[in-house]
Amino acid sequence: MSSSFTDRLLGRVRLSGLLALAAPILAIVFAGVVTSIILLLNGNDPLATFGLLLDFSTKPRVQVIILNSATTYYISALAVAIGFRMNLFNIGVDGQYRLAALIAAAVGGAITLPGPLHVGVTMLVAVLIGGLWASIAAVLKTARGVSEVISTIMLNAIATGLGAWLLTPGRLAILNGNNVGTKPIGPSGQFPGIALIPGTPVKVFGMIIVAALLGVAYSVVLNRTRFGFDLRATGRSESAAVASGVNVKKMVLYTMILSGAVAGLVGMPQLLGASYSYSLDFPAGLGFTGIAIALMGRNNPIGIALGALLWSFLDNSNDILDFNGIPKEIVVIMQGTIVLSVIVAYELVHRYRAVAEQRRVSRQLSAGAGTPAQEVAA
Amino acid sequence: MEEAAISTSTSSATTTEPAVELEGITKRFPGVVANRDIRLTVRRGHVHAIVGENGAGKSTLMKILYGMQRPDEGVIRVNGAPVSFRTPGDAIAAGIGMVHQHFMLADNLTVLENIILGSEPRKGGVGIDFAAARRKIKEISDAYGLGVQPDSLVEDLGVGARQRVEILKVLYRGARILILDEPTAVLVPQEVDELFDNLRGLVREGLTIIFISHKLDEVLRVADAITVIRRGTTVAEVDPKDVTARRLAELMVGSELPSPETRESTVTDQVALAVRGLTVRDGDGRAVVADVSFDIHKGEVLGIAGVEGNGQAELVEAIMGMRSAAGTIVLDGADISAWSTLRRREGGIGYIPEDRHRHGLLLQAPLWENRILGHQTRKPNVRGPWIDRAGARADTERIVRDYDVRTPGIDVDALALSGGNQQKLIVGREMSGAPVVLIASHPTRGVDVGAQAAIWDHLRAARAQGLAVLLISADLDELIGLSDSLKVILRGRVVADVDPASVTPEQLGSAMTGAATSPERAGSAAAEAGEEA
Repeated sequence: MSSSFTDRLLGRVRLSGLLALAAPILAIVFAGVVTSIILLLNGNDPLATFGLLLDFSTKPRVQVIILNSATTYYISALAVAIGFRMNLFNIGVDGQYRLAALIAAAVGGAITLPGPLHVGVTMLVAVLIGGLWASIAAVLKTARGVSEVISTIMLNAIATGLGAWLLTPGRLAILNGNNVGTKPIGPSGQFPGIALIPGTPVKVFGMIIVAALLGVAYSVVLNRTRFGFDLRATGRSESAAVASGVNVKKMVLYTMILSGAVAGLVGMPQLLGASYSYSLDFPAGLGFTGIAIALMGRNNPIGIALGALLWSFLDNSNDILDFNGIPKEIVVIMQGTIVLSVIVAYELVHRYRAVAEQRRVSRQLSAGAGTPAQEVAA
Repeated sequence: MEEAAISTSTSSATTTEPAVELEGITKRFPGVVANRDIRLTVRRGHVHAIVGENGAGKSTLMKILYGMQRPDEGVIRVNGAPVSFRTPGDAIAAGIGMVHQHFMLADNLTVLENIILGSEPRKGGVGIDFAAARRKIKEISDAYGLGVQPDSLVEDLGVGARQRVEILKVLYRGARILILDEPTAVLVPQEVDELFDNLRGLVREGLTIIFISHKLDEVLRVADAITVIRRGTTVAEVDPKDVTARRLAELMVGSELPSPETRESTVTDQVALAVRGLTVRDGDGRAVVADVSFDIHKGEVLGIAGVEGNGQAELVEAIMGMRSAAGTIVLDGADISAWSTLRRREGGIGYIPEDRHRHGLLLQAPLWENRILGHQTRKPNVRGPWIDRAGARADTERIVRDYDVRTPGIDVDALALSGGNQQKLIVGREMSGAPVVLIASHPTRGVDVGAQAAIWDHLRAARAQGLAVLLISADLDELIGLSDSLKVILRGRVVADVDPASVTPEQLGSAMTGAATSPERAGSAAAEAGEEA
């Protein structure tokens, strides 16, 4: 077959109908089985454990937390997926969002503007910084051919160092008890939450709406615009894109910067909806979660949303396990197994389809050699 | 696994018994038949050459014989017994070894380590028995006169020596039948001589060699028997003693197809595309296209004849702006030398690429998206920055209808269509938007006869309406039949102008391969090739 494993891994090969559903279900069942085996080896009852998780997640407060983390994960996975659609591996979402959040927090804390404008300026700064940081990797790739995998990983480390340097009192940070953080953003710069789920005073991040809009924009830009067409064409076949006049270097530059710009927003739900300040305990590592979720969701905006919710559910309902004497790290095992099995399951389903189709074509060609109507394979 | 039997006892007695027999081998891929009813008998102790143009199906056949692909139909017999290979491991176990065109050696390991990699002799179950391996390698190397030093590092070896290591690697695994895929492609002439000496040594010891090539002079020098493959099937089995290079070339390109008879000239005096002093250099600074100049007038088909790999692909890519080149290109009066590929396309160059899967289509995208490819800035596909789905879809329907693309619908992935229908879609796409010049690179390669005739018709109709066509093809009948003028390209240079009205495929074939002298101006091509050989 003419699709590579990478194409299938990154979801550039479409599966149709029931098969598209079969793969993720297969994967989750398989991950459940593996986790059950590990639970049994530990002397825990798998069914009871899963029951605990599900039960805990029905509590309104937990549901809000699940939605809130999922919002962050979703934006992160979208940023990664933009690159994936073009064969660009932006491993640097992590550094991009941390640096963007830090500087946006400093700017947002330093200014006072009317409500929406204040929020808008803060988010704009984050987008610019994220895009700027990603553009370093993009320029290195287009001008010097440096693999973006290597450069973004290294830029993550540099972002950590740069962030630590900036986040010291006298530069962008102030001392707040024994925590060091940026000056808190005033009420005008805070993104109001939504009381979406009854039964709890905790509110859902308002950024969930921005995340949803981003998902729509992702879909529209990729599927409905010339830019998106060029991007997808380059991802599917760089050689065909070149032959049809796509400037691949320019596409690399734009796509990487776009991915970084979206990455810049990853820290915003937390910053504008909860902490209002970038401090030492600002969540890290969300960029890598994004990679896993983009793979799970196969770069499809709906798939990514489901993946983000599942991941967030596992992340946030595991606290209950400790109360019941079950190690909560079991959830990490489950997350890892799900990602691996999704990849394996899609590969298996794809091979099954390829073989089945090849057989059918063979049969049709040999049965109706010369009959024009049967020259078509699908 | 069977170990290499290093004996000479089998050599003379059994030279006439077939080592490999293929009967009715057919292999289909979705949308294309790669091999059809292949029949092949290789006698033991022979160097059996398989010749054919690129894309004729040689490599698929060899992959089948080496267990990398399974045939849909047909029987393979090795030493008289039917076999069914699932993996190359099965083929190796049956004594078949493959020397790939691109060497598969680890540079930073020694010759010995490379050879035993994957089939290490064990000592006491765990350790590797290097002494035994070294002994055996020495033994094989001496028996066949390969002169391989087991302890040299592979990175220190030249290309010829690496190839001998590859040969030894398969012999070490017990192969008695060796498949050599284009072994001379990477060698300089002296190394070719050495290789042929080695091959003669191997067959003298009773081994069988299947030699794949499209270099006719080499094939005639070394082979004991020759099978010609064309369009996926075996068309002739010839004895090198009774055949000339000219006759072989003719068999390879075929001359039985209905020749398109467009003698009524539509050539005008308006130049559509003028190329002057076009030179393309490869990574090493070697000129792969050297100082090529020509004019194509409106209503003219200019054919470029040449054996593949003589600069045609580079010439096309330079005109399309996909490859940097020196020289000037003038399209309809405008100097486009500095234009991007997109601008050239917008300026009116249509492009039917040589490799439709790599350059012409997005295989995993539906037909209507493929309609947009290469035309993503033009109506009816876009409106400003937006893709005009309705427009693109409607126009795809038009192409499907007018160009007789057989498909259940325009939402089918391009992959699902047969080669001929994929090509018709590309032709239809490239003809839309009123092109001034069409670059048609092997426009009917790998398509069935029906689609071929249809594509010829479309090209002729467009030519009558004033389209200028640059036609590159390996099919001599197509070149002679469609072209208003012909140029022969050899080693990146235009070496002859030929009048398609008076030249025969035989004469043209000779000029291209430099295999023999031919009348008229084409003679200069052969002469040059002769000097360099």
